[in-house]
Amino acid sequence: MERNPMRRQLQTMRKSLFDQGHLDEQFVQLEELQDDANPNFVEEVVTLYYRDSARIILNIEQALERKPFDFNKLDAYMHQFKGSSSSIGAKKVKAESTVFREYCRSRNGEGCMRSFQQLKKEYATLRRKLEAYFQVARQAGPMETACRPK
Amino acid sequence: MEMAVDKTQFHVLAVDDSLIDRKLIERLLKTSSFQVTAVDSGIKALEFLGLNDDDDDEDEQRDSNSESISSDEDQDHQDLGVNLIITDYCMPGMTGYDLLKKIKKSSCFKDIPVVIMSSENIPSRINRCLEDGAEEFFLKPVRLSDVNKLRPHLMKGRSKDIDFPDRTRSGCLISTGN
Repeated sequence: MERNPMRRQLQTMRKSLFDQGHLDEQFVQLEELQDDANPNFVEEVVTLYYRDSARIILNIEQALERKPFDFNKLDAYMHQFKGSSSSIGAKKVKAESTVFREYCRSRNGEGCMRSFQQLKKEYATLRRKLEAYFQVARQAGPMETACRPK
Repeated sequence: MEMAVDKTQFHVLAVDDSLIDRKLIERLLKTSSFQVTAVDSGIKALEFLGLNDDDDDEDEQRDSNSESISSDEDQDHQDLGVNLIITDYCMPGMTGYDLLKKIKKSSCFKDIPVVIMSSENIPSRINRCLEDGAEEFFLKPVRLSDVNKLRPHLMKGRSKDIDFPDRTRSGCLISTGN
């Protein structure tokens, strides 16, 4: 059956996302909330995450253009970003958000800028990998193993 | 058409300014067979309950529901059918803690269990919420195992009105007795 190679590929991609530390247990929690009645739940949540992240990243970029830095505002934005990253299980992005927030708290502008560049890299990598993953998922059809057992 | 109402179906009002977290909590609650109304601020939550932000006068909550908020629940006099409120702590404007205080101050709604969620593990914050009337404090991201802890709090409240029949939208009487 032609679906099997796609499912195998999907499983490999999924495993790699976890092994490389891009995703954590929270992503599994999302998968467990997916079922026949809500077959695209994970992708829907992740799509909302992209939208939300784009907005916050833009806000931070604009805030970093204003000198002196408003560290409280930067911290508040990153608190939001950390929260949503945590909610989808975006492990590396969440970790880098924490680093950024620490630089905010210690009023370290250079640190914030460095950390933000790193954060954008991590986010871009995650997004690229997740988009590829969901593209294969759509082609592979419903994955029973990822759904909550009835 | 006859509407069968699950006698144990509870209605939860979820409050969170994050779109992602709202979607998540809604799904978690529905998976656990709760009816859900999700709003994005404490103000909208109070509006939904019929509590005016400025005062908690009992007469206020007789006003009709705000139409911008979607909910399946039939309104029945004072009982808007909200059995539990779960709210994020950090929200712009009114925090979850502020919302908790307002609910507990209200003569009509003070008995509705309130649960607070937060991404930050700050013991003083947690203790303050629990001391001021929150039933539970969940650390985010909230999981199914957390939501499973809600039912006992709801069963406590429900047992008070178990002798009274519920009315469905079509007006049919459905017994809630065992």
